[in-house]
Amino acid sequence: MKSGIYGFLFAMWILILIGGGIVVTILGPIEVTGYGDANWFIGSLIKAIIAIILVVIWILVLSKMKNWIFKKEIRP
Amino acid sequence: MIDLVIPAVVSCIVAFSVVFLTTPLLIQFLQKRNMAVKDMNKKEDVMVVRPGGPSIVLGIIVSEIVLYAFLQLNEIIAIIITTSAAFAIGYVDDRKVMGGWFKPVTLTIAAIPIIAFGAYDSDLAFPLFGEVQIPALYLGLILLMIPITGNTINSIDVLNGVATGFMVIASFSLSICLFIVQNYEIAIVSLPLGFVSLAFYKYHKIPSKIFPGDSGALTLGAMYGSIAIVGGVEIIAAVALLPAVINSFLFLSSVKKIVEHRQIKGKPVDHTEDFKLKATTDRTAPVTLVRLILAGGPLSEKQVGFAIFKLAIFSGILAVITAFMMGVSL
Repeated sequence: MKSGIYGFLFAMWILILIGGGIVVTILGPIEVTGYGDANWFIGSLIKAIIAIILVVIWILVLSKMKNWIFKKEIRP
Repeated sequence: MIDLVIPAVVSCIVAFSVVFLTTPLLIQFLQKRNMAVKDMNKKEDVMVVRPGGPSIVLGIIVSEIVLYAFLQLNEIIAIIITTSAAFAIGYVDDRKVMGGWFKPVTLTIAAIPIIAFGAYDSDLAFPLFGEVQIPALYLGLILLMIPITGNTINSIDVLNGVATGFMVIASFSLSICLFIVQNYEIAIVSLPLGFVSLAFYKYHKIPSKIFPGDSGALTLGAMYGSIAIVGGVEIIAAVALLPAVINSFLFLSSVKKIVEHRQIKGKPVDHTEDFKLKATTDRTAPVTLVRLILAGGPLSEKQVGFAIFKLAIFSGILAVITAFMMGVSL
């Protein structure tokens, strides 16, 4: 069982590394122009929405992984 | 770098000494006022005093003031105020039973000094891929970070010595990482957290003479979160905290809402006849880290504690690897 927890911990770490790559690749280049002073606000809003979607996907993947690794323990 | 050695040594000695010397006095004070709770994992009726938060926060404040005298950094002031606010929030929860909303909401407010003092860099650094500029989003991250780290450490405070022992490993890992990324000043600012936790662990380890309570756990968690933000090592800090994060994640994903542990009816862990801990088969009980550790069979409280410490060391090593990866760009 303990190896399962270490495996889950390692999987979380890999997901953080991959997630970081996706965040830098997707959020980094986003820049809004043509709305004057609102550029900064609209850009931040778009980044926030994408970040929330990425976090939700991250949690869903983690949840699936948890059910797969701890199948026996979670459903006794 | 060399001129930082004296402040580092002095603040570490002060942090350790203050907690080491004041905790026995606090234990006596709490015993006289009968401020004790039953240790649920002992066969006999053992009463343990709480909360130990006052000596923890005192150690942090005094050592950080010493550091401020040497370094005069706004970051130190922000850390002191946020950590003290987290202590006050925890202390209210120790004395009066508050609703599930209380700690997340008030800890969000406690994070405001970090923004007010401008003690942050809005670029979020990731290993291998570099930084991303998210100025507005980062403010939200600051407000989220303190409630998350505070409650995460609080949620792992389930067995004798676990919260403070875990904090010793996680905070020293974070300090090593800050040295690796060459953020020397914040690395030194972070060291008292480890020494305060270490001094308190002496009294909290099994068999506990004092429990940190919400005031102690939130103080440690909030300071950890504050250091992560002011040091610009949010991702590394999250990695070092992973076992506690897993505990909160498992709990939330099985309960599916934010509730206090005392509101949960099902028991995730029970005792054998010889008072070892064993996982229950109660379907209404939340899945927790301790329950998963016990899935392999009953263990003593001490064995479970050491299993959690081994996980903390493993995630500390991952954090150090992550810190080295910060300097590598793909």
